[in-house]
Amino acid sequence: MKRPERSRRVRVHLTPMNLPRVDLKERPELLLVPAAFVVVMLGWEFAIPALGVDDYVLPRPSQIVDALRTQLSDPLFWGHFRVTVLESLYGFLLGVGAALVLGTVIAQVRLVERAFMPYIVAFQTVPKVALAPLFVVWFGFGMTSKVVMAAVISFFPMLVNVIEGLRSADADRVQMLTVFGASRFQVFRMVRLPSALPFVFAGLDIGIVFSILGAVVGEFIGAKEGLGYLLLQTNYNFDIAGMFAVLVVLSVLGLIAHFIIRLVHKRLVFWSEENRVLGA
Amino acid sequence: MSAVRAVRTVGRRRRGTVVPAPDVDEDRWIEVDGLHKVYRSRRSEPTHALSDIELFVRRGEFVSVVGPSGCGKTTLLKILAGIVPRSEGTVRVAGREVTGPLPEVGMVFQAATLLPWRTIVQNVMVPVEVQKLDTRVYRERAERLLGLVGLDGFAGKYPHELSGGMQQRAGICRALVHDPAVLLMDEPFGALDALTREHMNVELLRIWRESGQTVVFVTHSIPEAVLLSDRVVVLSPRPGRVAEIVDIDLPRPRALSVMTSHRAGAHVERIRAHFDAHAGTDS
Repeated sequence: MKRPERSRRVRVHLTPMNLPRVDLKERPELLLVPAAFVVVMLGWEFAIPALGVDDYVLPRPSQIVDALRTQLSDPLFWGHFRVTVLESLYGFLLGVGAALVLGTVIAQVRLVERAFMPYIVAFQTVPKVALAPLFVVWFGFGMTSKVVMAAVISFFPMLVNVIEGLRSADADRVQMLTVFGASRFQVFRMVRLPSALPFVFAGLDIGIVFSILGAVVGEFIGAKEGLGYLLLQTNYNFDIAGMFAVLVVLSVLGLIAHFIIRLVHKRLVFWSEENRVLGA
Repeated sequence: MSAVRAVRTVGRRRRGTVVPAPDVDEDRWIEVDGLHKVYRSRRSEPTHALSDIELFVRRGEFVSVVGPSGCGKTTLLKILAGIVPRSEGTVRVAGREVTGPLPEVGMVFQAATLLPWRTIVQNVMVPVEVQKLDTRVYRERAERLLGLVGLDGFAGKYPHELSGGMQQRAGICRALVHDPAVLLMDEPFGALDALTREHMNVELLRIWRESGQTVVFVTHSIPEAVLLSDRVVVLSPRPGRVAEIVDIDLPRPRALSVMTSHRAGAHVERIRAHFDAHAGTDS
Protein backbone atom coordinates (compact mmCIF):
# COMPACT_ATOMS: atom_id res chain seq x y z
CA MET A 1 0.00 0.00 0.00
CA LYS A 2 2.95 2.31 -0.46
CA ARG A 3 2.08 5.27 -2.55
CA PRO A 4 4.57 7.57 -4.17
CA GLU A 5 4.60 10.98 -2.57
CA ARG A 6 3.95 12.94 -5.73
CA SER A 7 0.61 11.27 -6.40
CA ARG A 8 -0.78 13.33 -3.54
CA ARG A 9 -0.94 16.28 -5.85
CA VAL A 10 -3.58 16.63 -8.48
CA ARG A 11 -1.95 16.05 -11.79
CA VAL A 12 -3.57 17.59 -14.80
CA HIS A 13 -1.46 17.74 -17.90
CA LEU A 14 -2.78 20.15 -20.44
CA THR A 15 -0.46 20.40 -23.38
CA PRO A 16 -1.41 20.37 -27.02
CA MET A 17 0.09 16.91 -27.36
CA ASN A 18 -1.57 15.62 -24.29
CA LEU A 19 -5.28 15.54 -23.49
CA PRO A 20 -6.14 16.33 -19.89
CA ARG A 21 -5.06 13.38 -17.85
CA VAL A 22 -6.64 13.33 -14.46
CA ASP A 23 -5.88 11.06 -11.56
CA LEU A 24 -9.32 9.68 -10.60
CA LYS A 25 -8.04 8.28 -7.34
CA GLU A 26 -7.11 11.75 -6.22
CA ARG A 27 -10.23 13.44 -7.48
CA PRO A 28 -13.08 10.95 -7.13
CA GLU A 29 -15.62 13.75 -7.60
CA LEU A 30 -14.89 13.71 -11.31
CA LEU A 31 -16.61 10.35 -11.39
CA LEU A 32 -19.00 10.82 -8.47
CA VAL A 33 -20.67 13.99 -9.71
CA PRO A 34 -21.84 12.52 -13.05
CA ALA A 35 -22.73 9.28 -11.30
CA ALA A 36 -24.90 11.13 -8.78
CA PHE A 37 -26.61 12.95 -11.65
CA VAL A 38 -27.48 9.68 -13.39
CA VAL A 39 -28.75 8.13 -10.17
CA VAL A 40 -30.94 11.12 -9.30
CA MET A 41 -32.32 11.33 -12.84
CA LEU A 42 -33.10 7.63 -12.99
CA GLY A 43 -34.66 7.76 -9.52
CA TRP A 44 -36.76 10.76 -10.58
CA GLU A 45 -37.75 9.10 -13.85
CA PHE A 46 -39.09 5.99 -12.14
CA ALA A 47 -40.30 7.45 -8.85
CA ILE A 48 -42.86 9.71 -10.55
CA PRO A 49 -45.06 6.90 -11.89
CA ALA A 50 -44.28 4.64 -8.91
CA LEU A 51 -45.48 7.25 -6.41
CA GLY A 52 -48.50 8.08 -8.54
CA VAL A 53 -47.53 11.72 -9.12
CA ASP A 54 -49.19 13.20 -12.20
CA ASP A 55 -46.43 13.90 -14.66
CA TYR A 56 -48.04 17.11 -15.88
CA VAL A 57 -47.45 18.46 -12.35
CA LEU A 58 -43.91 17.17 -12.01
CA PRO A 59 -42.66 15.94 -15.38
CA ARG A 60 -40.16 13.12 -15.73
CA PRO A 61 -36.62 13.95 -16.94
CA SER A 62 -37.35 12.29 -20.27
CA GLN A 63 -40.32 14.63 -20.80
CA ILE A 64 -38.17 17.63 -19.95
CA VAL A 65 -35.61 16.50 -22.52
CA ASP A 66 -38.40 16.23 -25.11
CA ALA A 67 -39.68 19.70 -24.22
CA LEU A 68 -36.15 21.06 -24.40
CA ARG A 69 -35.73 19.57 -27.85
CA THR A 70 -38.97 21.15 -29.05
CA GLN A 71 -37.97 24.52 -27.64
CA LEU A 72 -34.49 24.49 -29.11
CA SER A 73 -35.81 23.76 -32.59
CA ASP A 74 -38.30 26.63 -32.40
CA PRO A 75 -37.00 29.93 -33.89
CA LEU A 76 -39.35 31.84 -31.57
CA PHE A 77 -37.47 30.41 -28.61
CA TRP A 78 -34.18 31.74 -29.91
CA GLY A 79 -35.78 35.18 -30.19
CA HIS A 80 -36.62 35.05 -26.49
CA PHE A 81 -33.18 33.69 -25.75
CA ARG A 82 -31.47 36.52 -27.59
CA VAL A 83 -33.50 39.18 -25.77
CA THR A 84 -32.67 37.84 -22.31
CA VAL A 85 -28.99 37.42 -23.14
CA LEU A 86 -28.78 41.00 -24.41
CA GLU A 87 -30.67 42.42 -21.45
CA SER A 88 -28.41 40.57 -19.01
CA LEU A 89 -25.26 41.54 -20.86
CA TYR A 90 -26.10 45.24 -21.21
CA GLY A 91 -27.30 45.37 -17.61
CA PHE A 92 -24.18 43.60 -16.43
CA LEU A 93 -21.86 45.96 -18.30
CA LEU A 94 -23.76 49.00 -17.08
CA GLY A 95 -23.95 47.91 -13.44
CA VAL A 96 -20.39 46.64 -13.26
CA GLY A 97 -19.00 49.67 -15.07
CA ALA A 98 -20.79 52.07 -12.74
CA ALA A 99 -19.60 50.08 -9.72
CA LEU A 100 -16.00 50.20 -10.96
CA VAL A 101 -16.06 53.97 -11.30
CA LEU A 102 -17.94 54.71 -8.09
CA GLY A 103 -16.02 52.08 -6.11
CA THR A 104 -12.70 53.56 -7.17
CA VAL A 105 -13.77 57.05 -6.21
CA ILE A 106 -15.07 55.86 -2.84
CA ALA A 107 -11.93 53.89 -2.08
CA GLN A 108 -9.65 56.79 -3.03
CA VAL A 109 -11.46 59.88 -1.78
CA ARG A 110 -12.20 60.00 1.93
CA LEU A 111 -14.82 62.72 1.67
CA VAL A 112 -16.84 60.85 -0.94
CA GLU A 113 -16.72 57.76 1.21
CA ARG A 114 -17.88 59.69 4.26
CA ALA A 115 -20.73 61.28 2.32
CA PHE A 116 -22.05 58.27 0.40
CA MET A 117 -21.19 55.14 2.32
CA PRO A 118 -24.20 55.30 4.71
CA TYR A 119 -26.58 55.60 1.76
CA ILE A 120 -24.94 52.73 -0.04
CA VAL A 121 -25.14 50.51 3.03
CA ALA A 122 -28.78 51.50 3.52
CA PHE A 123 -29.66 50.95 -0.11
CA GLN A 124 -27.96 47.60 -0.08
CA THR A 125 -30.57 46.29 2.32
CA VAL A 126 -33.40 47.12 -0.09
CA PRO A 127 -34.45 43.95 -1.91
CA LYS A 128 -33.58 45.10 -5.41
CA VAL A 129 -36.05 42.79 -7.16
CA ALA A 130 -38.82 44.66 -5.40
CA LEU A 131 -37.94 47.64 -7.56
CA ALA A 132 -38.80 45.79 -10.78
CA PRO A 133 -42.42 47.07 -11.00
CA LEU A 134 -41.12 50.61 -10.56
CA PHE A 135 -38.66 50.20 -13.41
CA VAL A 136 -41.39 48.87 -15.68
CA VAL A 137 -43.42 52.00 -14.92
CA TRP A 138 -40.44 54.25 -15.56
CA PHE A 139 -38.85 52.53 -18.53
CA GLY A 140 -41.72 50.63 -20.15
CA PHE A 141 -42.28 47.08 -21.29
CA GLY A 142 -39.28 46.98 -23.59
CA MET A 143 -35.75 45.93 -22.93
CA THR A 144 -34.72 49.11 -21.10
CA SER A 145 -36.51 48.30 -17.85
CA LYS A 146 -34.85 44.86 -17.74
CA VAL A 147 -31.44 46.28 -18.52
CA VAL A 148 -31.87 48.72 -15.63
CA MET A 149 -33.02 45.92 -13.33
CA ALA A 150 -30.03 43.75 -14.26
CA ALA A 151 -27.68 46.73 -13.80
CA VAL A 152 -29.02 47.64 -10.36
CA ILE A 153 -28.87 44.09 -9.09
CA SER A 154 -25.33 43.42 -10.32
CA PHE A 155 -24.10 46.84 -9.17
CA PHE A 156 -23.90 46.26 -5.42
CA PRO A 157 -21.89 43.06 -5.12
CA MET A 158 -19.44 44.57 -7.60
CA LEU A 159 -19.25 47.86 -5.72
CA VAL A 160 -18.51 46.16 -2.40
CA ASN A 161 -15.78 44.06 -4.00
CA VAL A 162 -14.15 46.99 -5.80
CA ILE A 163 -13.95 49.03 -2.59
CA GLU A 164 -12.73 46.09 -0.53
CA GLY A 165 -10.30 45.08 -3.26
CA LEU A 166 -8.69 48.49 -3.60
CA ARG A 167 -8.25 48.55 0.17
CA SER A 168 -6.81 45.06 0.30
CA ALA A 169 -3.39 46.20 -0.94
CA ASP A 170 -0.63 44.90 1.30
CA ALA A 171 0.69 47.74 3.49
CA ASP A 172 4.28 46.53 3.10
CA ARG A 173 4.04 46.74 -0.68
CA VAL A 174 2.62 50.25 -0.47
CA GLN A 175 5.42 51.21 1.90
CA MET A 176 8.02 49.69 -0.41
CA LEU A 177 6.82 51.83 -3.30
CA THR A 178 6.69 54.91 -1.09
CA VAL A 179 10.30 54.43 -0.02
CA PHE A 180 11.33 54.39 -3.67
CA GLY A 181 9.49 57.67 -4.15
CA ALA A 182 6.24 56.57 -5.78
CA SER A 183 3.42 59.09 -6.10
CA ARG A 184 -0.10 58.30 -4.96
CA PHE A 185 -1.14 57.52 -8.50
CA GLN A 186 1.86 55.23 -9.02
CA VAL A 187 0.98 53.36 -5.84
CA PHE A 188 -2.58 53.04 -7.13
CA ARG A 189 -1.51 51.76 -10.55
CA MET A 190 1.31 49.49 -9.46
CA VAL A 191 -0.10 47.98 -6.25
CA ARG A 192 -3.71 48.83 -5.44
CA LEU A 193 -5.18 48.01 -8.83
CA PRO A 194 -3.54 44.59 -9.29
CA SER A 195 -4.29 43.76 -5.63
CA ALA A 196 -7.96 44.50 -6.28
CA LEU A 197 -8.26 42.15 -9.26
CA PRO A 198 -9.18 38.97 -7.33
CA PHE A 199 -11.98 40.92 -5.66
CA VAL A 200 -13.07 42.49 -8.93
CA PHE A 201 -13.43 39.05 -10.45
CA ALA A 202 -15.40 37.82 -7.45
CA GLY A 203 -17.70 40.78 -8.07
CA LEU A 204 -17.94 40.02 -11.79
CA ASP A 205 -18.75 36.40 -11.07
CA ILE A 206 -21.62 37.27 -8.74
CA GLY A 207 -22.67 40.17 -10.96
CA ILE A 208 -23.09 38.13 -14.15
CA VAL A 209 -25.33 35.59 -12.42
CA PHE A 210 -27.30 38.36 -10.73
CA SER A 211 -27.79 40.24 -13.99
CA ILE A 212 -29.51 37.20 -15.54
CA LEU A 213 -31.69 37.01 -12.46
CA GLY A 214 -32.49 40.71 -12.81
CA ALA A 215 -33.43 40.39 -16.47
CA VAL A 216 -35.74 37.43 -15.82
CA VAL A 217 -37.43 39.12 -12.86
CA GLY A 218 -37.93 42.22 -15.00
CA GLU A 219 -39.55 40.11 -17.67
CA PHE A 220 -41.87 38.56 -15.08
CA ILE A 221 -43.23 41.98 -14.19
CA GLY A 222 -44.03 43.08 -17.71
CA ALA A 223 -42.57 42.07 -21.04
CA LYS A 224 -43.50 40.83 -24.47
CA GLU A 225 -40.42 38.70 -25.01
CA GLY A 226 -37.55 37.04 -23.22
CA LEU A 227 -37.02 33.80 -21.34
CA GLY A 228 -38.79 35.16 -18.26
CA TYR A 229 -41.80 35.93 -20.43
CA LEU A 230 -41.58 32.44 -21.94
CA LEU A 231 -41.46 30.98 -18.45
CA LEU A 232 -44.71 32.73 -17.54
CA GLN A 233 -46.32 31.70 -20.81
CA THR A 234 -45.51 28.01 -20.34
CA ASN A 235 -46.79 28.36 -16.81
CA TYR A 236 -50.16 29.76 -17.96
CA ASN A 237 -50.43 26.95 -20.48
CA PHE A 238 -49.68 24.45 -17.74
CA ASP A 239 -46.75 23.24 -19.84
CA ILE A 240 -44.64 22.31 -16.80
CA ALA A 241 -42.14 20.30 -18.84
CA GLY A 242 -41.69 23.40 -21.03
CA MET A 243 -41.06 25.48 -17.92
CA PHE A 244 -38.38 23.08 -16.81
CA ALA A 245 -36.83 23.25 -20.26
CA VAL A 246 -36.54 27.06 -19.97
CA LEU A 247 -35.11 26.68 -16.45
CA VAL A 248 -32.47 24.31 -17.85
CA VAL A 249 -31.57 26.86 -20.51
CA LEU A 250 -31.29 29.63 -17.88
CA SER A 251 -29.04 27.47 -15.70
CA VAL A 252 -26.80 26.62 -18.62
CA LEU A 253 -26.64 30.30 -19.53
CA GLY A 254 -25.54 31.18 -16.01
CA LEU A 255 -22.98 28.38 -15.97
CA ILE A 256 -21.42 29.45 -19.26
CA ALA A 257 -21.19 33.07 -18.08
CA HIS A 258 -19.64 31.92 -14.82
CA PHE A 259 -17.03 29.81 -16.57
CA ILE A 260 -16.09 32.57 -19.00
CA ILE A 261 -15.45 34.90 -16.05
CA ARG A 262 -13.47 32.20 -14.28
CA LEU A 263 -11.36 31.54 -17.34
CA VAL A 264 -10.46 35.22 -17.74
CA HIS A 265 -9.82 35.37 -13.99
CA LYS A 266 -7.36 32.49 -14.08
CA ARG A 267 -5.57 34.03 -17.04
CA LEU A 268 -5.34 37.52 -15.64
CA VAL A 269 -4.80 36.85 -11.95
CA PHE A 270 -2.31 34.06 -12.49
CA TRP A 271 -0.34 34.90 -9.35
CA SER A 272 -3.16 34.78 -6.83
CA GLU A 273 -2.77 32.15 -4.16
CA GLU A 274 -5.69 33.38 -2.14
CA ASN A 275 -9.01 34.12 -3.74
CA ARG A 276 -11.13 35.59 -1.04
CA VAL A 277 -14.69 36.12 -2.14
CA LEU A 278 -17.12 38.59 -0.69
CA GLY A 279 -20.78 37.69 -0.93
CA ALA A 280 -23.48 39.95 -2.28
CA MET B 1 20.28 74.37 -2.80
CA SER B 2 22.09 74.10 -6.11
CA ALA B 3 24.65 71.81 -4.51
CA VAL B 4 21.84 69.52 -3.53
CA ARG B 5 20.57 69.50 -7.08
CA ALA B 6 24.07 68.64 -8.29
CA VAL B 7 24.21 65.47 -6.18
CA ARG B 8 20.96 64.45 -7.64
CA THR B 9 21.60 64.92 -11.30
CA VAL B 10 25.26 63.98 -11.43
CA GLY B 11 24.62 61.06 -9.15
CA ARG B 12 22.22 59.55 -11.63
CA ARG B 13 24.81 59.13 -14.34
CA ARG B 14 26.86 56.00 -13.88
CA ARG B 15 27.15 53.13 -11.52
CA GLY B 16 29.15 53.78 -8.39
CA THR B 17 29.85 57.38 -9.26
CA VAL B 18 27.54 59.38 -7.08
CA VAL B 19 29.40 62.65 -7.10
CA PRO B 20 28.95 64.50 -3.84
CA ALA B 21 28.24 68.17 -3.78
CA PRO B 22 31.40 70.08 -2.84
CA ASP B 23 30.13 70.89 0.61
CA VAL B 24 29.23 67.31 1.54
CA ASP B 25 31.68 65.93 4.03
CA GLU B 26 32.39 62.32 3.05
CA ASP B 27 32.83 61.47 6.72
CA ARG B 28 29.28 62.64 7.23
CA TRP B 29 27.68 60.94 4.25
CA ILE B 30 24.85 60.10 6.61
CA GLU B 31 24.36 62.61 9.35
CA VAL B 32 22.06 62.02 12.30
CA ASP B 33 22.32 64.60 15.03
CA GLY B 34 20.20 65.17 18.10
CA LEU B 35 17.49 62.92 16.73
CA HIS B 36 14.44 62.31 18.87
CA LYS B 37 11.36 60.36 17.96
CA VAL B 38 8.20 60.46 20.01
CA TYR B 39 5.12 58.58 18.85
CA ARG B 40 2.02 60.40 19.96
CA SER B 41 -1.49 59.08 19.82
CA ARG B 42 -4.77 60.30 21.25
CA ARG B 43 -5.46 57.06 23.01
CA SER B 44 -2.27 56.39 24.93
CA GLU B 45 0.72 58.07 26.50
CA PRO B 46 3.35 59.31 24.06
CA THR B 47 6.07 56.72 23.40
CA HIS B 48 9.66 57.90 23.36
CA ALA B 49 11.16 55.65 20.67
CA LEU B 50 14.51 57.30 20.02
CA SER B 51 16.39 59.68 22.24
CA ASP B 52 19.22 62.00 21.22
CA ILE B 53 20.72 59.79 18.53
CA GLU B 54 24.00 60.99 17.10
CA LEU B 55 25.51 59.02 14.25
CA PHE B 56 27.81 59.88 11.38
CA VAL B 57 28.42 57.34 8.66
CA ARG B 58 31.37 57.65 6.27
CA ARG B 59 30.84 57.28 2.59
CA GLY B 60 31.16 53.62 1.60
CA GLU B 61 31.00 52.45 5.18
CA PHE B 62 29.02 49.44 6.40
CA VAL B 63 27.32 50.20 9.69
CA SER B 64 25.04 47.85 11.58
CA VAL B 65 22.50 48.80 14.21
CA VAL B 66 21.72 46.26 16.92
CA GLY B 67 19.61 46.53 20.01
CA PRO B 68 16.91 44.78 22.00
CA SER B 69 13.45 44.34 20.47
CA GLY B 70 11.47 47.55 20.39
CA CYS B 71 14.50 49.81 20.89
CA GLY B 72 13.68 51.78 17.75
CA LYS B 73 16.16 50.26 15.26
CA THR B 74 13.55 50.02 12.55
CA THR B 75 12.19 53.46 13.41
CA LEU B 76 15.68 54.90 12.91
CA LEU B 77 15.89 53.25 9.51
CA LYS B 78 12.43 54.45 8.50
CA ILE B 79 13.38 58.00 9.48
CA LEU B 80 16.46 57.71 7.25
CA ALA B 81 14.21 56.38 4.47
CA GLY B 82 11.95 59.39 4.87
CA ILE B 83 8.76 57.47 5.55
CA VAL B 84 8.56 58.27 9.26
CA PRO B 85 8.86 61.92 10.30
CA ARG B 86 11.33 62.76 13.06
CA SER B 87 10.29 64.70 16.12
CA GLU B 88 13.52 66.65 16.59
CA GLY B 89 17.05 66.84 15.25
CA THR B 90 18.91 66.78 11.97
CA VAL B 91 18.90 63.94 9.46
CA ARG B 92 20.87 64.28 6.22
CA VAL B 93 21.71 61.78 3.56
CA ALA B 94 24.43 62.68 1.04
CA GLY B 95 24.08 66.31 2.01
CA ARG B 96 20.33 66.38 1.60
CA GLU B 97 17.95 67.05 4.43
CA VAL B 98 15.55 64.13 4.73
CA THR B 99 11.99 65.42 4.53
CA GLY B 100 10.50 62.55 2.55
CA PRO B 101 11.71 59.56 0.56
CA LEU B 102 14.92 60.47 -1.30
CA PRO B 103 15.89 59.01 -4.66
CA GLU B 104 19.41 58.62 -3.23
CA VAL B 105 18.16 55.88 -0.95
CA GLY B 106 17.57 52.20 -1.65
CA MET B 107 15.96 49.93 0.88
CA VAL B 108 15.77 46.21 1.54
CA PHE B 109 12.89 45.12 3.73
CA GLN B 110 12.31 42.35 6.27
CA ALA B 111 10.28 40.45 3.70
CA ALA B 112 11.31 40.58 0.06
CA THR B 113 8.03 42.43 -0.73
CA LEU B 114 8.16 41.62 -4.42
CA LEU B 115 5.05 42.30 -6.48
CA PRO B 116 3.69 38.85 -7.44
CA TRP B 117 2.26 40.07 -10.76
CA ARG B 118 5.64 41.27 -12.01
CA THR B 119 8.54 39.20 -13.21
CA ILE B 120 11.77 39.35 -11.27
CA VAL B 121 13.39 41.85 -13.61
CA GLN B 122 10.22 43.98 -13.63
CA ASN B 123 10.34 43.94 -9.84
CA VAL B 124 13.96 45.01 -9.85
CA MET B 125 13.04 47.87 -12.19
CA VAL B 126 10.39 49.29 -9.84
CA PRO B 127 12.56 52.17 -8.53
CA VAL B 128 13.61 53.06 -12.09
CA GLU B 129 9.99 53.12 -13.20
CA VAL B 130 8.83 55.07 -10.16
CA GLN B 131 11.58 57.67 -10.53
CA LYS B 132 11.07 57.82 -14.29
CA LEU B 133 14.70 57.10 -15.11
CA ASP B 134 15.88 55.88 -18.49
CA THR B 135 14.58 52.34 -18.69
CA ARG B 136 16.99 51.16 -21.38
CA VAL B 137 20.08 52.21 -19.44
CA TYR B 138 18.93 50.75 -16.16
CA ARG B 139 17.53 47.57 -17.63
CA GLU B 140 21.09 46.54 -18.40
CA ARG B 141 22.15 47.39 -14.89
CA ALA B 142 19.22 45.39 -13.49
CA GLU B 143 20.31 42.35 -15.43
CA ARG B 144 23.92 42.76 -14.38
CA LEU B 145 22.84 43.01 -10.72
CA LEU B 146 20.75 39.87 -11.09
CA GLY B 147 23.81 38.14 -12.48
CA LEU B 148 25.86 39.41 -9.56
CA VAL B 149 23.51 37.75 -7.04
CA GLY B 150 23.30 34.53 -9.06
CA LEU B 151 19.84 35.03 -10.53
CA ASP B 152 20.94 35.05 -14.18
CA GLY B 153 18.28 32.74 -15.53
CA PHE B 154 15.46 34.07 -13.38
CA ALA B 155 14.82 37.54 -14.83
CA GLY B 156 11.63 36.42 -16.57
CA LYS B 157 10.32 34.24 -13.73
CA TYR B 158 7.66 35.28 -11.25
CA PRO B 159 8.40 35.66 -7.52
CA HIS B 160 6.42 32.56 -6.51
CA GLU B 161 8.76 30.47 -8.64
CA LEU B 162 11.72 31.48 -6.45
CA SER B 163 12.80 30.40 -2.97
CA GLY B 164 12.75 32.85 -0.08
CA GLY B 165 16.49 33.44 -0.30
CA MET B 166 16.31 34.08 -4.03
CA GLN B 167 13.42 36.52 -3.54
CA GLN B 168 15.41 38.44 -0.97
CA ARG B 169 18.35 38.60 -3.39
CA ALA B 170 16.02 40.08 -6.01
CA GLY B 171 14.95 42.56 -3.31
CA ILE B 172 18.59 43.58 -2.88
CA CYS B 173 18.94 44.10 -6.64
CA ARG B 174 15.83 46.29 -6.57
CA ALA B 175 17.36 48.42 -3.79
CA LEU B 176 20.55 48.87 -5.81
CA VAL B 177 19.19 49.29 -9.34
CA HIS B 178 18.93 53.08 -9.29
CA ASP B 179 22.47 53.29 -7.88
CA PRO B 180 21.49 54.90 -4.58
CA ALA B 181 24.05 56.73 -2.46
CA VAL B 182 22.83 54.86 0.58
CA LEU B 183 21.47 51.36 1.07
CA LEU B 184 19.20 50.77 4.06
CA MET B 185 18.59 47.20 5.15
CA ASP B 186 15.94 46.31 7.72
CA GLU B 187 16.64 42.81 9.06
CA PRO B 188 16.75 41.55 5.49
CA PHE B 189 17.73 37.98 6.35
CA GLY B 190 15.64 37.54 9.49
CA ALA B 191 13.10 35.30 7.77
CA LEU B 192 15.68 32.97 6.23
CA ASP B 193 16.96 29.73 7.70
CA ALA B 194 20.39 29.79 9.34
CA LEU B 195 22.29 28.24 6.44
CA THR B 196 20.74 30.47 3.79
CA ARG B 197 21.33 33.41 6.05
CA GLU B 198 25.06 32.75 6.34
CA HIS B 199 25.25 32.29 2.61
CA MET B 200 23.43 35.59 2.06
CA ASN B 201 25.81 37.37 4.43
CA VAL B 202 28.75 36.31 2.32
CA GLU B 203 26.86 37.29 -0.84
CA LEU B 204 26.04 40.69 0.60
CA LEU B 205 29.70 41.35 1.43
CA ARG B 206 30.60 40.52 -2.14
CA ILE B 207 27.87 42.74 -3.61
CA TRP B 208 28.84 45.56 -1.27
CA ARG B 209 32.50 45.24 -2.29
CA GLU B 210 31.52 45.61 -5.93
CA SER B 211 28.89 48.31 -5.64
CA GLY B 212 30.55 50.36 -2.92
CA GLN B 213 27.32 51.65 -1.39
CA THR B 214 27.08 53.13 2.06
CA VAL B 215 25.07 50.64 4.09
CA VAL B 216 23.02 50.92 7.26
CA PHE B 217 22.04 47.44 8.31
CA VAL B 218 19.55 46.70 11.09
CA THR B 219 19.74 43.24 12.62
CA HIS B 220 18.85 41.14 15.65
CA SER B 221 21.92 38.99 15.26
CA ILE B 222 25.13 40.17 16.89
CA PRO B 223 27.42 37.75 14.99
CA GLU B 224 25.84 38.88 11.72
CA ALA B 225 26.53 42.51 12.61
CA VAL B 226 30.14 41.73 13.51
CA LEU B 227 30.72 39.72 10.34
CA LEU B 228 29.40 42.43 8.03
CA SER B 229 30.20 45.78 9.55
CA ASP B 230 32.91 48.35 9.87
CA ARG B 231 31.14 49.65 12.93
CA VAL B 232 28.28 48.34 15.05
CA VAL B 233 25.95 50.81 16.71
CA VAL B 234 24.46 49.37 19.89
CA LEU B 235 21.15 50.89 20.93
CA SER B 236 19.82 50.75 24.49
CA PRO B 237 16.28 49.59 25.29
CA ARG B 238 13.49 52.10 24.72
CA PRO B 239 13.93 54.96 24.46
CA GLY B 240 16.72 53.97 22.09
CA ARG B 241 20.01 55.77 22.75
CA VAL B 242 23.41 55.01 21.34
CA ALA B 243 24.89 52.84 24.09
CA GLU B 244 28.16 52.22 22.28
CA ILE B 245 29.66 52.24 18.82
CA VAL B 246 32.00 49.30 18.38
CA ASP B 247 34.73 49.42 15.72
CA ILE B 248 35.06 46.05 14.04
CA ASP B 249 38.71 45.89 13.06
CA LEU B 250 38.59 42.53 11.31
CA PRO B 251 40.51 42.45 8.02
CA ARG B 252 38.58 42.53 4.75
CA PRO B 253 37.58 40.77 2.59
CA ARG B 254 35.94 38.60 5.21
CA ALA B 255 34.72 35.03 4.98
CA LEU B 256 32.51 33.16 7.43
CA SER B 257 35.62 31.67 9.00
CA VAL B 258 36.52 35.07 10.38
CA MET B 259 33.87 34.52 13.01
CA THR B 260 35.86 31.74 14.65
CA SER B 261 38.73 34.13 15.31
CA HIS B 262 39.41 35.32 18.80
CA ARG B 263 39.02 38.95 17.81
CA ALA B 264 35.56 38.43 16.32
CA GLY B 265 34.54 36.53 19.45
CA ALA B 266 35.72 39.42 21.60
CA HIS B 267 33.60 41.86 19.59
CA VAL B 268 30.55 39.65 19.90
CA GLU B 269 31.08 39.36 23.66
CA ARG B 270 31.55 43.07 24.05
CA ILE B 271 28.31 43.84 22.22
CA ARG B 272 26.42 41.09 23.96
CA ALA B 273 27.44 42.47 27.35
CA HIS B 274 25.05 45.36 26.66
CA PHE B 275 22.13 42.99 26.47
CA ASP B 276 22.94 40.73 29.39
CA ALA B 277 21.07 42.98 31.78
CA HIS B 278 17.93 42.83 29.68
CA ALA B 279 17.17 39.82 27.51
CA GLY B 280 15.59 40.51 24.15
CA THR B 281 17.93 39.52 21.34
CA ASP B 282 18.35 36.18 19.70
CA SER B 283 21.68 34.39 19.31
